[in-house]
Amino acid sequence: MTERAETKVAAGASGRPVLEVDGLAVDIRTPAGTVRAVREVSFSVRSGETLALLGESGCGKSMTAQAIAGLLDPVAHVAGGEVRLDGTDILSLPPARRRKLAGPGLSIVFQDALTALNPVQTVGAQLAEPFRIHEKLSRRAARERAVELMERVGIPEPRSRVGAYPHQFSGGMRQRLLIALAVALHPKVLLADEPTTALDVTVQAQIMELLRELRTEQQTALILITHDLAVVAEQADHVAVMYAGSVVETGRVADVFARPRHPYTRGLLDSVPAEVARGAALRSIPGTPPELHAVPSGCAFRTRCATAGDVCAERRPLLVESGPGRLSACHHWRELADD
Amino acid sequence: MLTFLRRRITSSAIPLVVVILGVFGLARLTGDPANLYLPLSATPEMRAEFAARHGFDQPLYVQFVDYLAQVVRLDFGESLRTAEPAAEAVLRAFPATLQLAGATMILATLGAIVVGSWAAYRPNSAADRIASFTSTTAASMPDFWFAIMGVLVFAVALGWLPTSGTVGAPAWVLPVLTLLIRPFGVLVQVVRGAMVSALSAPYIKVARSKGAGEVRVVFGHALRNAAPPALTVAGDLTVGLVNGAVVVETIFGWPGIGKLMITSILQRDFAVLQAAVLVTAITIFALNIVIDACYALLDSRVRQGVTT
Repeated sequence: MTERAETKVAAGASGRPVLEVDGLAVDIRTPAGTVRAVREVSFSVRSGETLALLGESGCGKSMTAQAIAGLLDPVAHVAGGEVRLDGTDILSLPPARRRKLAGPGLSIVFQDALTALNPVQTVGAQLAEPFRIHEKLSRRAARERAVELMERVGIPEPRSRVGAYPHQFSGGMRQRLLIALAVALHPKVLLADEPTTALDVTVQAQIMELLRELRTEQQTALILITHDLAVVAEQADHVAVMYAGSVVETGRVADVFARPRHPYTRGLLDSVPAEVARGAALRSIPGTPPELHAVPSGCAFRTRCATAGDVCAERRPLLVESGPGRLSACHHWRELADD
Repeated sequence: MLTFLRRRITSSAIPLVVVILGVFGLARLTGDPANLYLPLSATPEMRAEFAARHGFDQPLYVQFVDYLAQVVRLDFGESLRTAEPAAEAVLRAFPATLQLAGATMILATLGAIVVGSWAAYRPNSAADRIASFTSTTAASMPDFWFAIMGVLVFAVALGWLPTSGTVGAPAWVLPVLTLLIRPFGVLVQVVRGAMVSALSAPYIKVARSKGAGEVRVVFGHALRNAAPPALTVAGDLTVGLVNGAVVVETIFGWPGIGKLMITSILQRDFAVLQAAVLVTAITIFALNIVIDACYALLDSRVRQGVTT
């Protein structure tokens, strides 16, 4: 078992974390055999705070979110670990009790608003559904709540649009509807899986602003899954950097971004154009992330890492404290810290 | 919705006239009715008199215009065989076919929705494989063989069911089962395919993320999205049944439109044949309009002509 990360990640914040992910592992069945897509991931998040799960596509961040939300595809399953919501391991709950938490306990904003809304139902019916299921409201009362929700997330003229269908809304408006759906029952934890990836830049900013408002208003713990360093810098309090299915570094965003203590995090930061002096060559991490069935032994990053030595091939680095409130999974983090 | 229906009805009128013309022409290719209704020894005068009495001496286009004029006045002519109005013969036979087709399609569709959804819920599971095997077998079953085997086993050997007739529930079992087996097999496969893709859509995850139970997810969210392809195929299969289940109606002596059509072709009973085809064609056009209306009800994008 890996050591518990939560006490250190959120050091400085008050109270017990509302969500603790502890040693979460997810396996996927493929034609070539079972592969591990998420390797003992641990993190935690407190009410009213934002944790960013940062990584390239394929690093397992979406898979982690879906495992937490209990929405893995049939080919994937949780192979170990715990996800504790208010101290209760929700992975071991029977399905009926788990469903009771879907909405008021834990909710998720999906990334593709076009396909995430049911094309043949009115948005009003879809927004009313959480109230119908969890609060057993009448059709009319639930519809009334749907109108309020639409108004809250900034849909113009909600009363006349409640009977419209998803295809009658723009991309930005659809994303607002998805957010409305996710926050309908004031979840304790809100997962947002690349909520702005499919949108225009100007709309992205509006959506992020809306998420931030709702987080503060409802005192929700927000887990923001993204590959966008700028979004992390602007929105998140803490960050967990993922690589090849593992968390390689965690800490407060300001600390991690200012002084990365994992070579992968450093590589990510160095590849941002704004961080490079004008005229200098843009640096990038050599190579590509490993395929899931061919993750290197020891440290998964070693084949792309300039500081890798013999120990990196022999032992998998565990998350160790690399500063106040931060953890790094690198045998050589001290050398990075000296830079 | 009204505009939608009006547009569909108008666009059906032309094919309907083509069907009438086709049947009118084809029926007259089957031979001269005088050969059948007059004795072999009939003189040319007797033949001419027979043709004149029924209007067969007129040029074809005159016969056709006369016929159309009658049809517009809802006069379908008289049966050559029984001298009763053709419309009466057809309207007597048609309900029997409609009842048989209706019962069959309702059972086949409901069964296919349950079995197809069940198979699609866990693709490649044991349940899915059993459903696939059963539906493939059912879809490729020859109905005449199934009907004869059914009669042999359940009517002759076991004596549980009657061999023919329409009175009482037992009389319905074999005809409905025989008609049902192929549509059921085909529909299971269509429903399964459509449900597999509907259930893997992101909005299904969203529905689960709201805490929706599995019944609500499958039948509330996925089924309505999976309905259009199943509706298309079900409509097509219904058309086949309304056309007259010739084999089944013959084997089980079911007094339906299929049996009537076969009889009137063999008897060169043009008026009855034309009336039967016309009524069937109108029913099929009506059925297609109903199916299109169902699409529009299921999906607002069809209603508004959105092409995405």
